[in-house]
Amino acid sequence: MPLAVYLNVAVGGVLTGLVYGLMALGLSVIFGVVRVVNFAHGEMMTVAMFIAVVLFSWFHLDPLIMLVPIAAVLFAFGYALQASLINPFITRPEHSQFLLLVALAIIIANALLIMFGPDARSVQTSYAYDSFQLGPLIVDAAKLYAGAAAIMFTAALFAVFRFTPVGKAIRACADNYTGALVVGLDVTHLYALTFGLGAACVGAAGTMLVLLIDPTPMLGPGYTLLAFVIVITGGLGSMPGALVGGVLIGVTEALAGLLFTPSVKSMFAFAILVLVLLFRPQGILGRRLA
Amino acid sequence: MSGLSAGLSRRRAVLLALLLAALVAAPWLVNDYLLTVLVLILYFAYAGQAWNVMMGFAGQLSLGHALYVGLSGYVAAMLFTRLGVGPWLGLLAAIPLAAACGAVIGYLAFRFRVAGVYFAILTIAFAEFARIGFDNWGFVNGSSGLFLPVTQYEHNDLWLLRGAPAMFYYVILAATALVFVLCHFLVRSRIGYFWLAIREDEEAARAVGIDTFRYKMYAVMVSAAVTSFAGVFYAFFYNNLFPEQVFSISRSIEIILGPIIGGIGTLFGPILGAFVLTGLAEALNAVMGAFGLELPGAKQVFYGVCLLLVVVALPDGVWPPLARRLCVAERKP
Repeated sequence: MPLAVYLNVAVGGVLTGLVYGLMALGLSVIFGVVRVVNFAHGEMMTVAMFIAVVLFSWFHLDPLIMLVPIAAVLFAFGYALQASLINPFITRPEHSQFLLLVALAIIIANALLIMFGPDARSVQTSYAYDSFQLGPLIVDAAKLYAGAAAIMFTAALFAVFRFTPVGKAIRACADNYTGALVVGLDVTHLYALTFGLGAACVGAAGTMLVLLIDPTPMLGPGYTLLAFVIVITGGLGSMPGALVGGVLIGVTEALAGLLFTPSVKSMFAFAILVLVLLFRPQGILGRRLA
Repeated sequence: MSGLSAGLSRRRAVLLALLLAALVAAPWLVNDYLLTVLVLILYFAYAGQAWNVMMGFAGQLSLGHALYVGLSGYVAAMLFTRLGVGPWLGLLAAIPLAAACGAVIGYLAFRFRVAGVYFAILTIAFAEFARIGFDNWGFVNGSSGLFLPVTQYEHNDLWLLRGAPAMFYYVILAATALVFVLCHFLVRSRIGYFWLAIREDEEAARAVGIDTFRYKMYAVMVSAAVTSFAGVFYAFFYNNLFPEQVFSISRSIEIILGPIIGGIGTLFGPILGAFVLTGLAEALNAVMGAFGLELPGAKQVFYGVCLLLVVVALPDGVWPPLARRLCVAERKP
């Protein structure tokens, strides 16, 4: 195969990987601050995907336009979830939290199954088959838009954490829980906000992803795992790390799908995870944990 | 004090004997359908007990126990279908393999200080790795699955594990009882106390001179080896193995729901949890059937809601509060 083929596939992998990265970023933010592993992460993303599908098929609202509104809906969902159900669990042992979120995942996935049936739904945008040519490179328009939106959304989130008082307060909670309580921060509210922001990431990522894949209600667990792999590869708690991890996994999967059969592609993702866990447990861009 | 604990253990012994008697008598009391449900319950009780060794006793959260089930099932099924080797000899091959796999994962994780959630995700990664690997491995028939020949057997052949559901029922009942006894002694042994010390505070355990690496390795290997039989049993009871099914993360989750719901770290928890969960699923089936509700997914939504309610209302699981009510509370291990 000529080099251009590999290059095209790799670029496609980078763009898909950026969307994966945004999804994983949600997981990273939630775990980094609230210290709860969101085992319902993939299911939350399927919720966003189905919202995008429904809005498109009923009102012909393009997913690119609905990115922010859907992210806002997921934010509200995440906020409510953390404030009501999950908050009492933050001091409970891991297996207890795990069970809670697995139960939530089962409920969400099967509620979607009841509403939409088991078949894949697709969104046929006007630009679904468009592409841009750049020398030897041919880039799918949908992937390019999705990747660009993922970068913009991540940049916005980064700005929130870095430059707003709320972001500063959330970082304070993550650094020192007791300290945050002592200086009078409303930790419950901030945790709920964080969970909401994490959910917004996954909402935005899901909205973009409907341009690339057709959602089914049972997509969740696979993407939850993918998010774990990316977050650990990139470095937990590192925002650029999630994107780097996403791109790495995206490219690996794309090239593995090209070189071998597509069904083995996630094996390479897991192989990367195992290597990273063993040789650089803090992740590519993560800080060494004490 | 000793009189009190003797009284307690007598009460426990009576309760245990009653339960065992009921389980032994069950094949005469229930129909074939309920018997297969009981087989499923005991299967989950067994596998849950095996998982509990690692998580409940030693505090190492594994979310990839489907790996040991699937691997052992495949080894025994391959030996049976290709070479005609019976399941008990197959088990002799499967146990070391599962233990070795556990040892590799444990070694990599514990040597490199991968712990907690990271360890759990590493175990998922290995199980997923196996799932995709077996799915694409022609030698074991890949994704088209491995089938054991099903023929009408004149009599129950215990040596080849071919026969009526009642035979399978007694086999898994015996195994569950055996592993219960094994765990009973394990948790009261030197190694069991070391595990509890590691579970409660690993730093402190190391400080008092426990070789935590070695004892965590033992926990993973014992758990994997014990789980191995569940895989062999699964293969011979259901007569088919698909990588998509046996290695999937949802199988690992099914195995661990029982002990968590029942009460993690307790001996009765996994058994009670298996009864509660499978019973719940069957009850939902019956209710849905009675109302003519054939909506796919509806049963699972209720199942999820029930899980949610249990975990919110009973943080320690069902068994510890029930045990207190029955005045047979296990000594807090």
